[in-house]
Amino acid sequence: MNAANYLYLSALLFTIGAVGVVVRRNAIVVFMCIELMLNAANLSFVTFSRINGDLNGQVIAFFTMVVAACEVVVGLAIIVTIYRSRRSASIDDASLLKR
Amino acid sequence: MMTSTSLVYLIALPLAGSAILLLAGRRSDKWGHLLATALSASSFFVGLYQLSLMVGRTNSDRPVTQKLFEWISVGTFKIDASLMLDQLSICFVLLITGVGTLIHIYSISYMSHDPDRRRFFAFLNLFIAAMLLLVLGDSYLNLYVGWEGVGLASYLLIGFWNQKPAYATASKKAFVMNRIGDMGLSFAIMIAFATMGTVSFSGVKEAAGHTSTAALTGIGIMLLVAATGKSAQFPLQAWLGDAMAGPTPVSALIHAATMVTAGVYLITRSNFIFDAAPTAQLLVVIVGAITLMFGALIGTAKDDIKKALAASTMSQIGYMILGAGLGPVGYAFAIMHLLTHGFFKAGMFLGAGSVMHGMNDEVNMRKYGALRKFMPITFATFGLGYLAILGVPPFAGFYSKDMIIETAFNSGGAKGIILGCVTLLGAGITAFYMTRVMILTFTGKSRWDEEAHPHESPWLMWLPMAILAIGSVTSGYLLSHGDTLVNWLSPLFVNHGERAELLSPVVVSGLALAMVAIGVAIAFVKYSRNEVAAVAPTDVSIFTTIARQDLLQDRFNEAVFMQPGQALTAVLVKTDEAVIDGAVRGVGRIALGSGSALRGIQTGFVRSYAALILIGAVALIAAIWVVTQ
Amino acid sequence: MIDLALQVGQTAAPEATLFWILAPLSVVAALGMLLVKKAVHSAILMAFVMIALAIFYIAQGAPFLGIVQVVVYTGAVMMLFLFILMLVGVDSSDSLTETIRGLRPIAIIGAVGFGGLMVSLLARATLGRNAVGVEAVNADGNVQGIANLLFSTYVWPFEVVSALLITAALGSMVLAHHHRIQTRPTQRELSIQRFRSGSLANAAGLPAPGVFARHNAVDVPALLPDGTAAAASINASLKARGDVLNSSAFELGTVDTSAGEEK
Repeated sequence: MNAANYLYLSALLFTIGAVGVVVRRNAIVVFMCIELMLNAANLSFVTFSRINGDLNGQVIAFFTMVVAACEVVVGLAIIVTIYRSRRSASIDDASLLKR
Repeated sequence: MMTSTSLVYLIALPLAGSAILLLAGRRSDKWGHLLATALSASSFFVGLYQLSLMVGRTNSDRPVTQKLFEWISVGTFKIDASLMLDQLSICFVLLITGVGTLIHIYSISYMSHDPDRRRFFAFLNLFIAAMLLLVLGDSYLNLYVGWEGVGLASYLLIGFWNQKPAYATASKKAFVMNRIGDMGLSFAIMIAFATMGTVSFSGVKEAAGHTSTAALTGIGIMLLVAATGKSAQFPLQAWLGDAMAGPTPVSALIHAATMVTAGVYLITRSNFIFDAAPTAQLLVVIVGAITLMFGALIGTAKDDIKKALAASTMSQIGYMILGAGLGPVGYAFAIMHLLTHGFFKAGMFLGAGSVMHGMNDEVNMRKYGALRKFMPITFATFGLGYLAILGVPPFAGFYSKDMIIETAFNSGGAKGIILGCVTLLGAGITAFYMTRVMILTFTGKSRWDEEAHPHESPWLMWLPMAILAIGSVTSGYLLSHGDTLVNWLSPLFVNHGERAELLSPVVVSGLALAMVAIGVAIAFVKYSRNEVAAVAPTDVSIFTTIARQDLLQDRFNEAVFMQPGQALTAVLVKTDEAVIDGAVRGVGRIALGSGSALRGIQTGFVRSYAALILIGAVALIAAIWVVTQ
Repeated sequence: MIDLALQVGQTAAPEATLFWILAPLSVVAALGMLLVKKAVHSAILMAFVMIALAIFYIAQGAPFLGIVQVVVYTGAVMMLFLFILMLVGVDSSDSLTETIRGLRPIAIIGAVGFGGLMVSLLARATLGRNAVGVEAVNADGNVQGIANLLFSTYVWPFEVVSALLITAALGSMVLAHHHRIQTRPTQRELSIQRFRSGSLANAAGLPAPGVFARHNAVDVPALLPDGTAAAASINASLKARGDVLNSSAFELGTVDTSAGEEK
């Protein structure tokens, strides 16, 4: 089977994740979409690793996972903090940058 | 050439003192002056140590160098920041650190009531470091750094009491007039680099042999411009009188003993250029002769004791420049006069400071009189300096000044006779105005203000004066006995052999002493016999009026340079407002307009920002798509 | 399962079968994530996509990453998501109508452009290129291979990442830490407050929920002596959710209120 198919799948998943970030308002869902984008990128790395026949891609994917884990932890902590002060998990409610 | 690892301490110690005092701020108010004095003294001891090493070696091994770091490296053009100590530099090092340390000690007491004493000492240390860099640099570029450094220190110290607008203006004047000289030095460096490809002393000395006379003359004239700026020589001398606005220890150290002699150092150091460029050398002599007379004439008319001494400094440096311009035979005598002058003039300035200290900072000599009884030590030290500057044997000035007069007479032809007469006349006028200073200050009737209570200064002030007085008495004999200094410096200069003697030393000494006697006698008749007015009389001859105004030099400068300059500046300001400011404001308006236009996309919603990022990513990928087509 | 996936990965035809079954399913699940209203459903679909990706990793010769994917994402990260969802409210759901004007068309155009360009780029870039495969580098084992790289070439990034992890953990603790502005009231203060509130109705505490002898659930209000439901006996959050049962079924038919109090 052609390994490029995985890359197409990765591109599709990434696009879906990007749209999710723009369209959804629930901060938690937005976060899940970001995770989806990261995972799509990881799939590309693993596929590149296979295409090129060395493990560097897999190592990079491993690092991505660690960074993603960090990001989730901090991001969710931010969501909890915002929720505690505003009683809302909608990212449209936190729009103080304008005013 | 031998290398040394301890040269850097000469400069580093006072520099560190300056940095510590400036950075530590008020925390160091209590001990700052002691630290500065100790560091200056330790620099002096490093100098003595170097001298002892140097004396122990043979003539050709005496110069030592130390490379600090590679400063500039562009292609084949390399300049190291490195120091060189040779027979000439060591004289200056000891003069700077020795006199400098004495003046530090003096200032501890003199400035004790000043709230900013710490800052004063920081600047003094900065000056010592910069001046040492000036005389220790092994290339014109390194010298230039020190040259600018002493200019800065001089500016800071003249304007030390810059809360008085007149003093701030005086420091600005000194700085601006020095810039003209600095331009000359930078031009000289540029010409040397363009024609010889090197700016180090040794490199230029080597290249001077096969460089065109025109180029060498150019360099020489530019070096002379630099020297006139820094050493207050004609036509850039006008700043020195105003520089007396600084505290008196500054006048003694910077504007009498050390910095103003940097021009003499520069010319002596560049002897290989002037020897090969007779035109430039002749100009040096002319400048020296004019300034010699100029300073002496101004000195006769000044009532301000410091300004009278400043005019005298100008005149004495004129002697040195003239000596340096006389070629190989004159260099050593110029340096000798420089050293002896460093002693007696610094001592006299400190004496003037002591008088001011006892007279509520009064500087007008017409308000002094009869201070001999109240300040015996000051009178004695000042008097010894007075005898030295007059050239009365066996005091220091007798040896050094007579040598210059003698060399001038013996320089040959009509030039020799003219120069000899000028120097002789200068010696006579010097005797006149210095006697005038002595009489007005120390003898006669008291003409004090009501609230003046003259008293002798504390020992911290008179001790340095006494040491300098000892120097003014003995230094001339020590330096000239058995031609010590001449032999010491001789490896640095090319010797052309002896010239025919026009007048023998005995005759010259006799003539000079006769001139001095005449000058003293006139002064006695004029000021000791007659009553001196406490207020300067206004119904005086036109010559006195002109001399009181520094021979109209300031008026000339204002009419010829300042007013056209101001007109030019006004035009430039208009241009600046219309064109450059207009352009700047236009750029501002563009930024403002585009900002308010782009503000629309700032909705504050994170999702719209995310959408913008998405669009940006699409644009990027599209670009890649197009490029990799 | 792993063995099966490994075997599948080594032979062309079974891997293709696996891909063509799982890939559309994961795309559908990802799209579902976008379209469902409830965040919990999104989370479950997300978990499905992640497991599918784990299987793809294993099939592509990265069993270590596959396992880590399951453990870290579907294990830790998704648990964290669900936990936060619980805090924020399991039932919270979005309305999918767009509130920012013009954002949805922009998103769709952007997505189509992005996806289209990516796919066409990929088509151009990988044309005619055969995969080398990781069998050779995995000869000593995939974990050993990754470990060799991690602890030699990537040892510095590895250490930096560990510092990042610790920082993130500390940071989230700081963020989530709640500062109490006032001191916690003591029991004594609470009781003083109850007695001084003006009415003595609640001086002995709020009534407990449930109808005594008939019912003891927390979502059934207690009955007052006159037979009406006591609203104060139900927890406020249950009331807010609307999860309160009607207790009228347990009311006494009539209460004789005519009998006067004996004095």
